[in-house]
Amino acid sequence: MADETLSLKKAFSGHGGFGVDETTMAAMVTKWRKQPDQKSRFRSDFSGFFTKIGSIEKCEDDYLLRLKTEFSRFKNIMVLWLMHPWERDARWMHHVMHKSYPFTVIVEIACTRTSEELLGAKRAYQALFNHSVEEDVAYHIKESYSKLLVGLVSSFRYEGPQVDNDMAKWEAKALGNVIKSSGSGKLIQNEEVIRILTTRSKRHLKATFKHYKELHGKPIEEDLGANLCLQETVKCIDKPAKYFSEAINIAFKEGADKPSKLSLTRVIISRADVDMEEIKETYHKQFGVKLEDMITKNTHGHYKDTLLTLIGK
Amino acid sequence: MATLSIPNPVPSAIEDAEKLRKAFQGWGTDEKAMIAVLAHRDAAQRKQIKIAYEEQYKEKLLKRIESEISGHFERAVYRWIFDPVERQAIMANIAIKNKVVDFPVIIEIACINSSNELLAVKQVYQSLYKHSLEEDVASHATGDFRKLLFALVGTYRYDGEEINTELAKTEAKILNDAITKGEYNSDEIIRILSTRSKAQLQATFNCYKDAHNLSITKALSTKTPNDFVIALRAAIRCRTTPTKYFEKVLRNILQKSGMDEDALTRVIVMHAEKDLKEIKELFQTRANMTLEQAVAKKTSGDYENFLLALIGN
Repeated sequence: MADETLSLKKAFSGHGGFGVDETTMAAMVTKWRKQPDQKSRFRSDFSGFFTKIGSIEKCEDDYLLRLKTEFSRFKNIMVLWLMHPWERDARWMHHVMHKSYPFTVIVEIACTRTSEELLGAKRAYQALFNHSVEEDVAYHIKESYSKLLVGLVSSFRYEGPQVDNDMAKWEAKALGNVIKSSGSGKLIQNEEVIRILTTRSKRHLKATFKHYKELHGKPIEEDLGANLCLQETVKCIDKPAKYFSEAINIAFKEGADKPSKLSLTRVIISRADVDMEEIKETYHKQFGVKLEDMITKNTHGHYKDTLLTLIGK
Repeated sequence: MATLSIPNPVPSAIEDAEKLRKAFQGWGTDEKAMIAVLAHRDAAQRKQIKIAYEEQYKEKLLKRIESEISGHFERAVYRWIFDPVERQAIMANIAIKNKVVDFPVIIEIACINSSNELLAVKQVYQSLYKHSLEEDVASHATGDFRKLLFALVGTYRYDGEEINTELAKTEAKILNDAITKGEYNSDEIIRILSTRSKAQLQATFNCYKDAHNLSITKALSTKTPNDFVIALRAAIRCRTTPTKYFEKVLRNILQKSGMDEDALTRVIVMHAEKDLKEIKELFQTRANMTLEQAVAKKTSGDYENFLLALIGN
């Protein structure tokens, strides 16, 4: 009995985990069928989740919310998996405008999708919300990084093989100069930085970053200061697998907040059919542990099973 | 409606190619024969003629034309031959590579096309020039012009009819604040002008007019002609009342002293198979003479004949 209570408590805790152990819960319904005393004992034993107002028993709101999130993880991942990628991207971007999703989601989508995929997402956005994503980003996001975001989301980059190497070298130098002379706060609003990052083709930018490293002896990310938006932009364009692997890792960290945890679902769903193998390898190299092991250890129930299937275990 | 007139029945592409070949042979060129064919075929037919000519005579029609004729006539024919999408891509590139970016061309292309038409231009631009239109605009334009042109060209606007009246009122006020402060290059003006849909923008300008008894273009008239404000007004008019805009451009060219053949060619060639009829009608009521009369007064020779043929003489 003590064991059952323990495992049921665990199943219901939704504590710092991902998903819920539906199997254990379902088993308890069977076991404790027609035994209201059993349930009553469980409730009084499980303080923290259940409390009393006078003689009335109630669930703690906090716990309810947490559990709701955990229950819905599986539902969410199923719905997202079935959705068209364009609709998914459109909805994720829309969340940033109207809830408190981190703006990095926009950077992620704008920079890691192909030009066609981003265009599709923009069309889906218009069909769903009767606005262009550009107008919404420009209107709702009024931070220092909003010009960069508008530029990134507007981009329709050239994807052909041609790269003007001389121009790439020149722009690497130009970036170096801007970085040296700008205060780190001003960097993100600098016209040249925005122009180069938001209009050049990805191949061109990779060449530019390479030249930057040769010129200055260190990768450009190290010179971007604490500019999260700029860092993420460069990473997404230059080394997307690394970006995704780090996003997953943040989700698993102790005390990760809700948006960080949501990125686990988002990354795995959006990359499952694209570059999951590369992300797994990168993750293993970077963090010394296999992604499937982290998932097995930290997630539960059907949510866990789905994740494992998606990453191709 | 188009002013382009096509004979019925229209000769086959092979017949047309033969006629052109005949026009090129011998001493000099039979320009009238050239005009009789080229100025009276639509985009699809012109394309077929190019193909037929090349197959039959093993040389590119354009190259031959360039060697046969010259000056304003040649420039007009060259721009005319392409289909509207490719034409705009080519003209955008010419405008960008000019010593100083020829901003009216970019503004017109960015503002009068629907989002999908502009997208088609961008796709052709990429295949022709191995760069995106945005990156070329951004790297060649400077300062406030860069901000404006890049924003106009880069946004994939919502083309629907949905309007938000409250938003229109708010944004009319934002525009007024910037204008009264003389901050014509304000980020907000550029944001509203470049990201809002045509319908929303029209609603905003109507609110502005209701509130201030002055149209926004009149409000933007400054005593000292300022290129940037001119660009701003052009953008506003292209986005909301293109017919009036082009009528005015024509009237300025044809009724003032001096002559800008490139601009005249641009308007006639870009609209002959689109909406030159409406522009012509408006011109007649405003200029007290027909467009044909005005063009005949200010141009001569083959150039004049070609333009008149396109205008629907």
